[in-house]
Amino acid sequence: MNPVIELNGLSVTFGRRAILKDLSGTVKGRAVGLLGPNGAGKTTLIHTLLGFHPPSSGTVRIFGEDIATNARRLRAEVGYMPERDSFIAKMSCVRFVRLMAELCGIPSEAALERAHEALFYVGLGEARYRSVDTYSLGMKQLAKLAQAIVHGPRLLILDEPTNGLDPPTRARMIRLIQEIRDSGRARILLSSHLLRDVEECCDEILVLKDGRIAANCNLDEERKANRKFIELETRGGDRTAFAEAIGGLGCEYALAGERRIKLVMQDGVEIDDLYRLAYERQVQIRRLNYKRDSLEDIFLKAMEGDENGAARGGEGHGLI
Amino acid sequence: MALFENSYRPYEGGLTPEWARFLVLPRYALRDVFGSKFFTAVFCLCFIYPLVSAILVYLRHNSNAIAIMQIDVRELLPIGASFFQFFVEVQGWLAFILTVLVGPVLVSRDLTNNALPLYLCRPFSRAEYVLGKMTVLVILLSLVTWAPGLLLFLLQAYLEGAGWFASNAWMAGAIFVGSMTWIVLLSLLALAISAWVRWRVVAGAALLGMFFIPSALGGVVNQLFFTRMGNLISPAALMGSIWRGLFGHFRREVGSYEDAWGRGFVEVVIREPPLWASWLVVALICLACLWLLSRKVRAYEVIK
Repeated sequence: MNPVIELNGLSVTFGRRAILKDLSGTVKGRAVGLLGPNGAGKTTLIHTLLGFHPPSSGTVRIFGEDIATNARRLRAEVGYMPERDSFIAKMSCVRFVRLMAELCGIPSEAALERAHEALFYVGLGEARYRSVDTYSLGMKQLAKLAQAIVHGPRLLILDEPTNGLDPPTRARMIRLIQEIRDSGRARILLSSHLLRDVEECCDEILVLKDGRIAANCNLDEERKANRKFIELETRGGDRTAFAEAIGGLGCEYALAGERRIKLVMQDGVEIDDLYRLAYERQVQIRRLNYKRDSLEDIFLKAMEGDENGAARGGEGHGLI
Repeated sequence: MALFENSYRPYEGGLTPEWARFLVLPRYALRDVFGSKFFTAVFCLCFIYPLVSAILVYLRHNSNAIAIMQIDVRELLPIGASFFQFFVEVQGWLAFILTVLVGPVLVSRDLTNNALPLYLCRPFSRAEYVLGKMTVLVILLSLVTWAPGLLLFLLQAYLEGAGWFASNAWMAGAIFVGSMTWIVLLSLLALAISAWVRWRVVAGAALLGMFFIPSALGGVVNQLFFTRMGNLISPAALMGSIWRGLFGHFRREVGSYEDAWGRGFVEVVIREPPLWASWLVVALICLACLWLLSRKVRAYEVIK
């Protein structure tokens, strides 16, 4: 998959304060989660990607083009949903979205059609003639999403899209993001404090800490890599003999507690083999878990990593 | 027209030319502006004086009408540079009223609602944003200043003949340049104030203050020091000088007084600031406004 964003020694300073420090890396995922604690530089990175802040050194490339030299052209390919309430007062939502489409260069009539489509798509079709001022928080978020997608961008940057949403509206927002991701017509950069949102929507994460990249990994590959680690919970029978039989298949194993066995699957060994061995030794397998790092684990490890971000290695992109 | 599609799809149609994108803003803004009945009424009132002027021009060239109405031709205002200068001044002040009504919300509303990131994350620059907002005022004010002024000039030229047109064509330039200078000054001041003062009422008051407070201060300076240099801090006086200069009525010597000098009294001439100084100060005010706008019209403010 082609890289969406390439960072090459990117630094951004405000006055004397360095906000982003020598960021380097490549982001390739269909949907990339941008994570980090408050003040890590997530929003500054987004603003730099949009060309709002010039890099003090280094370069940023989006779809292979340098934002410093092709900002205008790249902005036509990007849709941005800001974190804060952003709208134009005293204007109906359909007119607001149409205006945003026209500013992207879509002719007036086509912009109106696209505005209607976008508002129906996000679920504001029935409320599209109401002034955005009168919208609830959830509706405003959806209106922001509509204006971000109205011109059909190739990269959609969403800054805290589920902030302040009630559960049904949040679910709707997540579903929309997943649909856009699965359509394959737009790549997504999702900045969120909510790990669950990122886990549900993203296949790659970029974790920032103190203006540096603390982790950049492909979640799918990370999960695949960890499918070899299995944790069994057993009842009855001869657990030790069962574990030894597993060892006989060539798998490393360890007994944990009174009922659990942790093992590393080897190539050629299937789950069925484990059940067969358990049946032969009258051991009940009550639970079988693929032991994998949750996003929370990955995030916390990245946060615990040293200042230079050398937290851990991994398959594929790995954690830097 | 497909009303909606339940899938995300990119836009594949044609695009408008990039140079024309800034015109989207005035199109939307003017529709909002004329949505106000009060503003529409004020805007219509701005055409009363041009209408009266057109009637005067017509009467002056219609002997039948003059005879019927039993008017002495000498009582009618002569149609010349003074007539058009007065027209530009009257319409200029009406344009100021329109600016006070429209200008304060142009940028402040976007700043209050954090709309600037939405504009600037698109292929739309800060300069285009300012140009677009400025065009709202330029269109509105042009409609009440140089546009009717030039129509009036053409009416006079049509009724008077080609000779009059040839010898007075410079007046058309004076109408246009004088009005446009005023429009640009008003627009930039209004936008700069709108960018820095977010409350509509306060911004309107600030715009009024920008004209009347320096005028009062300039008047005090003039009175205290027997000079006219105080005019340099008054936008209204500056524009008065520029208009007089454009219509050929500018005189530096505007009065004199006697002052004790040695053993006797000497006559001291009071002079207006030179015309170039008025142009220079207006240009500096415009540049200051652009600088203020460049500080505020940003996607996000960086607090250092």
